[in-house]
Amino acid sequence: MSKNNLFKDFSKGILIENPVLVLGLGLCPALAVTSSAVNGLGMGVAATFVLLMSNIIVSLIKPLVPPKIRIPIFILVIATFVTIVKLVMAAYTPALSEALGIFIPLIVVNCMILGRAEAFASKHGPLRSTADALGMGLGFSLTLVLLGAFRELIGEGSIFGHNLMGSSYQPALLMILPPGAFLSLGMMVALSRWILEKTTPKGGEC
Amino acid sequence: MANILIIAIGAILINNFVLSRFLGLCPFVGVSKKTETAIGMGMAVIFVMTLASAVTWTIWAFFLSPGESNLFWIIARALGSGAEAHAFDLRYLNTIAFILVIASLVQFVELVLKKMSPALYESLGIFLPLITTNCAILGVAELNTMTLDYNFIESLVHGISAGIGFTLALIMMSGIRERLEFAPVPKLMRGLPIAFIIAGLMSMAFLGFSGLKF
Repeated sequence: MSKNNLFKDFSKGILIENPVLVLGLGLCPALAVTSSAVNGLGMGVAATFVLLMSNIIVSLIKPLVPPKIRIPIFILVIATFVTIVKLVMAAYTPALSEALGIFIPLIVVNCMILGRAEAFASKHGPLRSTADALGMGLGFSLTLVLLGAFRELIGEGSIFGHNLMGSSYQPALLMILPPGAFLSLGMMVALSRWILEKTTPKGGEC
Repeated sequence: MANILIIAIGAILINNFVLSRFLGLCPFVGVSKKTETAIGMGMAVIFVMTLASAVTWTIWAFFLSPGESNLFWIIARALGSGAEAHAFDLRYLNTIAFILVIASLVQFVELVLKKMSPALYESLGIFLPLITTNCAILGVAELNTMTLDYNFIESLVHGISAGIGFTLALIMMSGIRERLEFAPVPKLMRGLPIAFIIAGLMSMAFLGFSGLKF
């Protein structure tokens, strides 16, 4: 029973409650850094790490936290892990750190992470919070990689730097520029709704 | 003076915070269903952003950056420590310091709004506490200090104009979405997807401003 529950906590983040596509959280990095698949993956991994660690810590310290000042405390926990990620990335992956720019420190204010701390980790134990964080992180990273791959393919003719479209392909630069991000995310949200509608049985609970 | 004007126009039109820098998208999508609430949210953001720019710049210049003006160094010297000025480099703490300051500022704005205009407070709902997690506010603080290295006046102007740019995009969006209520949008595209498509088209229009040269 509890194993089933854990799996449910994990798997719901991937599609049914996908943070970006369904809940509409964490939109800023999802749009800003996905001009290539690599950047999307880097942001996904960084955010997943912060989400996982902050979910664990918040679920552990929740009996000690006075409810009135819980938000500042959660933010402080998150900011600590973001600073760790920021320094590690600057030291080991300087090119990626450069490409993601201010969006690494801005993981602090990613609505997804504070949202999960507030809505899930502050109400459940560390085990379920870990499952929830991993699922949500995976859903977030998958969305970012897919979005980045799509934009890179249309906008540069390549995925993860590998040219797929051949040399005669004229890249549509628009997809790398800001408008392309909005347009492709809009399409992706519609697509995910279509898939959800197809997979959930009519009239059944979801 | 010309410098200031360029920063202002740059933040409002060319590098619009929402449409080209992708900052503050959650409220942009969440609070843009009605023009009234959009204006309220926009005003709150301009106010908080200006205050936050001023306060975070001060903290950056006098507490975090190394050098002659670092207050920690001044205190250490007064106490007779022989440490050199560049020993007090706390810049890596900027994210934590800024988010704390911004969180307290937002709490303050929330209290004021609750007292002065309960109706507006009701309609902004969940997004007022979440203005803390509005990445535009922390974003402007990070840009002012780490990335663009502005001085105090420039930071202040950048904060105000970034807020104005955000409000401009938010109000335009809410105007379009109010009319969209009566448009026959396909079922799958209703809500979030069509909002993104509209934002994409607006962003395309704003791309035209990048041709502005001084």
